[in-house]
Amino acid sequence: MKKKVTNWGNYPVIHVEEKQFSFQNELSEINHIKGNIIARGLGRCYGDASLGDNIISTLKFDKVLSFSKETGEIECESGVSLADILDFSVPSGWFLPVTPGTKFVTVGGAVASDVHGKNHHVEGSFSNHVIHIKILLSNGEIVICGPNSNKELFEATCGGMGLTGLIISVKFKLKQIETAYISQKQIKANNLEEIINLFQEHKEATYSMAWIDCLKKGRNFGRSILMVGEHAKKSEIKKKDPLILPSKMKLSIPFNFPGFILNTFSIKSFNFLYYHKNTKRTIENIIPYEPFFYPLDSILNWNRMYGKNGFVQYQFVLPLENSHKGLIDILTRISKKGMGSFLAVLKLFGKQESLISFPMEGFTLALDFPIKKGLFEFLNELDKVVLNYGGRIYLTKDARMNSEVFWNSYPNINQFLSIVNKYNPEFKYSSLQSKRLISPKLS
Amino acid sequence: MSNILILGATSDIAVATARKFAAEKHDIQLAGRNIENLLPLKTDLNVRFGVNTDVFKFDASDFKSHKPFYSGLPKKPDVVICVFGYMVEEEIAGDNWEEAEKMINVNFTGAASILNIIAKDFEEKGNGVIVGISSVAGERGRQSKLFYGSAKAGFSTFLDGLRNRTASKGVHVLSVKPGFVYTKMTSELDLPGILTAKPEQVGKAIYNGVQKRKNTIYVKWMWKWIMLIIKSIPEPLFKKMNL
Repeated sequence: MKKKVTNWGNYPVIHVEEKQFSFQNELSEINHIKGNIIARGLGRCYGDASLGDNIISTLKFDKVLSFSKETGEIECESGVSLADILDFSVPSGWFLPVTPGTKFVTVGGAVASDVHGKNHHVEGSFSNHVIHIKILLSNGEIVICGPNSNKELFEATCGGMGLTGLIISVKFKLKQIETAYISQKQIKANNLEEIINLFQEHKEATYSMAWIDCLKKGRNFGRSILMVGEHAKKSEIKKKDPLILPSKMKLSIPFNFPGFILNTFSIKSFNFLYYHKNTKRTIENIIPYEPFFYPLDSILNWNRMYGKNGFVQYQFVLPLENSHKGLIDILTRISKKGMGSFLAVLKLFGKQESLISFPMEGFTLALDFPIKKGLFEFLNELDKVVLNYGGRIYLTKDARMNSEVFWNSYPNINQFLSIVNKYNPEFKYSSLQSKRLISPKLS
Repeated sequence: MSNILILGATSDIAVATARKFAAEKHDIQLAGRNIENLLPLKTDLNVRFGVNTDVFKFDASDFKSHKPFYSGLPKKPDVVICVFGYMVEEEIAGDNWEEAEKMINVNFTGAASILNIIAKDFEEKGNGVIVGISSVAGERGRQSKLFYGSAKAGFSTFLDGLRNRTASKGVHVLSVKPGFVYTKMTSELDLPGILTAKPEQVGKAIYNGVQKRKNTIYVKWMWKWIMLIIKSIPEPLFKKMNL
């Protein structure tokens, strides 16, 4: 039976067969499925990266296979979520080495997207902490790959959007913490230049990101709040067990908001309030890790705010030398169009050698755009600007980029595809996204 | 802290139930036909919840093995949860006695056999809880669930009778009739959301049912009333309906 499936952006929506599996001995059936297949976990990629002709849900394949409290090494099946891991790892003093802005992603998805977090500039992306991956290839073989074995398969699997095969399990190393708290500092920046300098000044901070107002023009163009943080030390916390957090209630958005609620006025008001809630230029305090890393996870289904037409999250990165100029250019276009979003997140990436992963040294900006008339034309225009500055778009957020842009912005695409071709020769594993981005160039 | 034995531990309901009891710090014994499939769950429960877990081979339709299985357990359980079941489409079973027989053997005979053995032990000890996952399909016979429904009807009646036998001996019996559940078995069906429980909800309902020593639970409350209505339809009318 076909089911309605859509990812976090609620765009696109497809009707498709979804197969589940719970045990390794069911894997042989997967390659016998007629047509193309693609793995899907919690569906937190925004667009069509985990949508395809046949979807293999990894959510029932969710067992933790090993965990050492001594070394922090953990191995889990691909459907285990980061939230599940935090539940038991934090109380024993271990944290995720890298975490995206939501904990509701699976380990398989974290590898396939090679997710990054607020610590990218010091600790790299998720794949930097992976010990090995078990992967089901299209010929039915199960192969172990890692930085030291089957290296090319490993590199093409990290950030490879599921195109090398089905990730079965992942072994990686957690990071030791003394408490479940973050000692954070928030600093206001009046404009873009200030925030860029602030990032450079705080390069030593383990975690950093900024919220940026994309709609402000004039003197305060690019006003932002920088947030930096460190895992709090035991001595800073006056709790009996500093690794345990008090539990709290979750809000949920029960239905799609009607389209008129989000408009330039309401977003400007929100941005005004958000910026001015910090009355002092600098705030320093200690907060639980959850609101620091996952501010939006406490509002379940926040994506419904954008209404039933859905939204696109546009995340690009620009090389460091072009970041300032490029950000001015792009933010000017956005504020002129008045199409900006609630949340625009700015972050400085560190250096990364990557085959197909998104990060590169420079600034990355992520913004939400509710889908409406003229948006895709505008984003195509932004793509060209990003491309001109030598930047690229994050595939995990993408639902609409055209093949040309993709091909010109990921410099190792040919090498990536030759590896994919070796392990997945007939594109048995392919998604709507890979069909959109890769197939047109091959035929 | 008690020791929970789960019979048929590979199903989605079994996994969710095991996790709920483990989260409440109970040790878990997992029993099923395929040990290989149980091992990941064993480490999973151990890592997530820090409880002791063990796995045992158990085949519901191999009745002769039931006594040695139970006497071979190194530690006897305080609570046993009978989750295993078997279902094929009735059209297939109608033409293929082996399938029909298997539905009867697993859902009724096998369940009655093992639970009777365990109940005897519990009665002797003077305590213990027996949980049977039966089905709303057993509440009234109908064509679309002919063999499955009648086997589950037998199981439900068995649980009622067992409760009657053991009540005075300190042993409690809980019958669970989950209604529709989102599981692998039903993943291809378009189930009505309002009547369909998640496996986690079933696990939680079982846990609460054991704590409160309930006799019969339906996971979604509406099922109780739906089945009441279905049971009250006069037979002359019911037999002509296409259910």
